[in-house]
Amino acid sequence: MEEMRVLLRNVGHINPTSVKEYMAAGGYQALKKAIAMKPEEILAEVKAAGLRGRGGAGFPTALKWQFVLSEDAAEKYIVCNADEGEPGTNKDRILLSGDPHSIFEGMAIAGKAVGSNKGFIYLRAEYPYLFPILEEALAEARAAGCLGNSIMDTDFDFDIEIRSGAGAYVCGEETALLESIEGKRGEPRFRPPYPGVKGLFGKPTVINNVETFANVGVIMDKGAQWYRSIGTENSPGTKLFTLCGNVVNRGVYEFPMGVNLKDIIFDIGGGIPDGKNLLAVQTGGSSGAIINADQIDMPLDIDHVSASGGKLGCGTILVIDDTNCIVDIVKNNLSFFEHECCGQCTPCREGGTRLLELVQRFIDGTAKLSDFDTIMDLSETMSLASLCGLGQSTPTPVVTSINNFRDAYNKHLDGDYCPVCSKERGRD
Amino acid sequence: MANQETVKTVKMVNINIDGQDIQVEAGSTILQAAKKANIYIPTLCNHPDQKVKSNCRICLVEIEGQRLLQPACSFPVAEGMVIKTASPTARKVRHNILELILSHHPQDCLVCSRSGNCELQKVTQELHLTRSLRYDIRPREHGKDTSSPSIVRDSNKCILCGRCVYACNEIQTVGVLSKENRGFHTVVVPPYEKQLADSTCINCGQCVQACPVGALTIHDDTEKLFDAIRAGKKIVGQVAPAVRITLAEALGEKPGTISTGRMVTAMKKLGFDMVFDTNFSADLTIMEEGYELLDRIQNGGTLPMITSCSPGWVKFCETFFPKQIPHLSTCKSPQQMFGAVLKTYYAEKSGEDPANIFSVSIMPCTAKKYECKRPEMDSSGYQDVDIVLTVQELANLIKSAGISFADLPDTDFDLPFGLGSGAGEIFGVTGGVMEAALRTVYEVLTGKTLEKLEFHDVRGFEGIKEAMIDINGTAVKVAIVHGLGNARKIMNDVKAGTADYHFIEIMACPGGCIGGGGNPIKTWAKMAERYKAIYELDKDLPIRKSHENPAIKQIYEEFLGKPLGEKSHHLLHTHYVNRKDLLR
Repeated sequence: MEEMRVLLRNVGHINPTSVKEYMAAGGYQALKKAIAMKPEEILAEVKAAGLRGRGGAGFPTALKWQFVLSEDAAEKYIVCNADEGEPGTNKDRILLSGDPHSIFEGMAIAGKAVGSNKGFIYLRAEYPYLFPILEEALAEARAAGCLGNSIMDTDFDFDIEIRSGAGAYVCGEETALLESIEGKRGEPRFRPPYPGVKGLFGKPTVINNVETFANVGVIMDKGAQWYRSIGTENSPGTKLFTLCGNVVNRGVYEFPMGVNLKDIIFDIGGGIPDGKNLLAVQTGGSSGAIINADQIDMPLDIDHVSASGGKLGCGTILVIDDTNCIVDIVKNNLSFFEHECCGQCTPCREGGTRLLELVQRFIDGTAKLSDFDTIMDLSETMSLASLCGLGQSTPTPVVTSINNFRDAYNKHLDGDYCPVCSKERGRD
Repeated sequence: MANQETVKTVKMVNINIDGQDIQVEAGSTILQAAKKANIYIPTLCNHPDQKVKSNCRICLVEIEGQRLLQPACSFPVAEGMVIKTASPTARKVRHNILELILSHHPQDCLVCSRSGNCELQKVTQELHLTRSLRYDIRPREHGKDTSSPSIVRDSNKCILCGRCVYACNEIQTVGVLSKENRGFHTVVVPPYEKQLADSTCINCGQCVQACPVGALTIHDDTEKLFDAIRAGKKIVGQVAPAVRITLAEALGEKPGTISTGRMVTAMKKLGFDMVFDTNFSADLTIMEEGYELLDRIQNGGTLPMITSCSPGWVKFCETFFPKQIPHLSTCKSPQQMFGAVLKTYYAEKSGEDPANIFSVSIMPCTAKKYECKRPEMDSSGYQDVDIVLTVQELANLIKSAGISFADLPDTDFDLPFGLGSGAGEIFGVTGGVMEAALRTVYEVLTGKTLEKLEFHDVRGFEGIKEAMIDINGTAVKVAIVHGLGNARKIMNDVKAGTADYHFIEIMACPGGCIGGGGNPIKTWAKMAERYKAIYELDKDLPIRKSHENPAIKQIYEEFLGKPLGEKSHHLLHTHYVNRKDLLR
């Protein structure tokens, strides 16, 4: 099985900041093409390509842009979500550090498509070393007439500013991100109104993930038809996957959508190290489903993973070997969310902590059978009632792990010795 | 003031809510639509006068075809929408959310000062959550902040609705209260977790008015009254104009119920020896302030002159606009003028030792508690006003003394300070000081009698009002401002030198004193009733101009001499302090 490097085509091959090298590799041709097109034509191409957002939700990109194009506003914004905070995920960092011009190009095309001439990259606070790289690349792009006023001697203006927050996971949630750019506490907004109507500074705003923008240039360059030949019917194109955890070959890989999870782990990933066995896999980050070894023969595209109760999300694959305890893994997930919850809405603020408390009871060996019911009931409330995706998906690892690893919980319930959790239970 | 996005069109949409087909304006929220269909949906973070926050998630409803429950307070209706406001799922989820809030809340409701008018209690009753809580009760463990003379902050009771944050930041632009920390540990605090007294808090109490629970309450000084009674002091009360409008409301009667006579009776029953009317010293303020304005206009003093009756506003100016302090009138507020007069002129007249007078003022205001403690407020040789009790505290005293307020007969205020004019009365509402001043300034300057006493241009709840009055050929330009967000706007103009007014009235609280932090919990709807009542009172009073109040004439003849005279300067005027260091 071979990687298919479409988005990563330049990574490692060119000097990432150099506009010259990017252009020599065919860069900014897509932007040139787009500038000559009408906004509706660009949208039609992106729509024909079937591009869906790569940040997690898989929302059709053209539709998102259409909302912004339809708004009558003097100012509109393009925002690139580079707040890559999902544990174990590094794919946006590879794109930002390895081929930043491809992101700028995608943003500028989006600007042309919706009638915006101002873009922001919201860079994860923990990626400060990317600031100089991006600033240098931006300066080169401006000097070469690929950004700034009168791009490529046309009447199209588009420029990009980099902003950063203070390192909160929730600022990767698009509306919290907008609040953060505005200088406010990073709390998600209720919707509607959606950012496409009332986004950054109250103006219509396109907000897409780094990887989504990286796809845009490719689509404009090679055409929707070529793009559709890759991937699956409902999820065309390639996807970046971050393979992490107990696996031999960890890293960021690019495959057509629909690649089999089992193949990624055992063929590309080289299987589980040190002769251990696969226990579980969590896809899509800390709020993704935890599935067992029997469930991994599954094509990875947006709809298939959703159908299995999880999400493709940002394409993170956490491999867990059999020296781990699932309850312990879930506790770690929940501790993360408890720490990163913004505290705005009741279900997530209070529920996240209570869910962790309930799981901790299993670890401590003090759980009662009725705690299962409380967990399930609370989980349902959190997913139905929370204001944003963080609270809505916090229960996913708990619920899926109870469904897929009920035995592990039952063991803790019965007070059996758990080799992983034992230290915390104070039983040597 | 509206709590929804402005509805741009009058387009109607058809929806079905709990089986009822109704038509509502496009853009309405589900909550508004439900109200139209006479369906009640419980809410908690929602406040009728604030922007929608949608964070408590109590008002969640089920919408056909939607996976998630949606908050009625923020979710707009759409054509063909089918809504179930109390489906089994919605009901269960609401119970679960409420359970989460209650598990993170102290369980001592019975001794909470908001018991009985707590919105969390109300919602718990409405949703009929009676099962036992499944989680360990883990109330927050912050200490109570009692540092402020005006407001007590108990973060342990906070439910993080964000209403105080909105009041403090968006309405008042004071910026003291905001959220710190994240998640379960989120807490609303002054910057750097300072104590309120060390912060830029201006004591207006609008946060207390916004709080649905007992997290922000009025600093209770009622015990000090009983200590003074026990010590055998002569208890002398003064009652601000707004109190007679809102006291009955605080005791469960309709907003706007005037209870002057019953109020005096109740205070006598509580142990007050004398009950005087602050309207008297409001008239005194008009005399001093009116003459001060004339003096500034005629002798090139600092203009615009700005009123100084509202202690929250005064501290706001001292903190955020210290360079503009010379614009403030040097007049003390009516409360403090009264305090100074009581322990001098009144003591002398009544033969009472001023050291034995315990001066209590009843106010609609929490900032007055701070004002009476300002060190410069001792021109009588004693602390001029000993304690300030708010309307809420007086109401609690009346209740706890077993007084049946509704059945009380009327009693007149005591003399000599029981006479106040209509001009003094309208001090209690935004625009009132201006109107009172104009009634007097006009007649003093022109020597003519005003044919029509009502200055309608200066009335109403608009945030910033302007008016021009021709006095003897001079066009006097005035502005009336209420709410500190509006004050900040006009002060930026004053700072920039573009505010070409002669006189500006500024009240810290939206609506003026009838919207003060010491009143029963308000909404603009209740405020409208209070507003009507106060002008009603003015209209029916025999004397409606400050300079015609015989008690005013008498005090100038017997004691003060003339407005702005030496005695006035000593007792009735004050100075201010630059407090910009608080911003550090």
